[in-house]
Amino acid sequence: MDPTAAKYIGAGIACIGMGGAGVGVGIIFGNYLAAALRNPSAAQGQFGNLIFGFAITEALGIFSLLIALLLLFGL
Amino acid sequence: MQVDPIHQFQIQDLMPMMSLGGHQFSFTNSALFMFIIVGAVSTFLIAATARRAVVPGRIQSIAEMSYEFVANTVRSSAGNEGMKFFPFVFTLFMFVLFANLIGLIPYSFTVTSQLVVTATLALTVFFLVVGYGFWRNGLHFLDLFVPKGVPKLILPAIVVIEVLSFLSRPVSHSVRLFANMLAGHITLQVFAGFIIMLGGAGILGIFGAVLPFAMVVMLTALELLVAFLQAYVFAILTCIYLNDAIHPGH
Repeated sequence: MDPTAAKYIGAGIACIGMGGAGVGVGIIFGNYLAAALRNPSAAQGQFGNLIFGFAITEALGIFSLLIALLLLFGL
Repeated sequence: MQVDPIHQFQIQDLMPMMSLGGHQFSFTNSALFMFIIVGAVSTFLIAATARRAVVPGRIQSIAEMSYEFVANTVRSSAGNEGMKFFPFVFTLFMFVLFANLIGLIPYSFTVTSQLVVTATLALTVFFLVVGYGFWRNGLHFLDLFVPKGVPKLILPAIVVIEVLSFLSRPVSHSVRLFANMLAGHITLQVFAGFIIMLGGAGILGIFGAVLPFAMVVMLTALELLVAFLQAYVFAILTCIYLNDAIHPGH
């Protein structure tokens, strides 16, 4: 296979990992919303935890994006 | 007409390169925008606190809100003892926030889209946490890697995982901000490129170009949210890491 073609295919495959991060972020915000509607008075206190969980989950998706960017432009 | 979405991240020398002690120094557009950011933050805060009215005006209440916002974040995630790091966290937050917001202005340069800038900020936080942790707790800082109440059989594996996750913190801390900014600006540029490509394709193309144009407007609004959110995430993660240095026991 042509190395350039393999590089582009690899970059595309690496981006699949972002789907998992999307599922994770969706679960976090969905569960936060469900819990916030059950107990709205406690919701504001958990906003920091929400953002922290979002950041940790998003980082994993960002790593796969980084691999794709490295394949496209870096290596 | 082709648009290169990566061109906006190029570092350009604004002045001829100087050589000092065998090292090359140059004043780049990145350095220029860092000066602009520091100037903008200083001007904003000095102007906001110049009057000090009891009933705050518009600009003073923005400054007070950002102060309260960061102070509450530090207090809730690092405790009252963490408040001695408040100036540091506030500086980081304002720098990253202004860098993200100024980067959204067309034809400007986004400082936080350079990995070297975000890595420097993240490594500063990392070494501050390690240094302060050992200075305050001595060798008890290593308790951070030994969670309490774990069965002895799996403890070695847990310690290895904890050490690895601690060491990967500066990587994820810096790459998160960098990749968010990079990906957002590339997306904006790609959609902006669609407008030009469709607009150059005749009368039908100009009508078609309305769609990507609306998309760019919506994406800019989203990027405004991301710019604020990433600055907040950067600040809150700094607080959480500092909390580990202050209270290393789990």
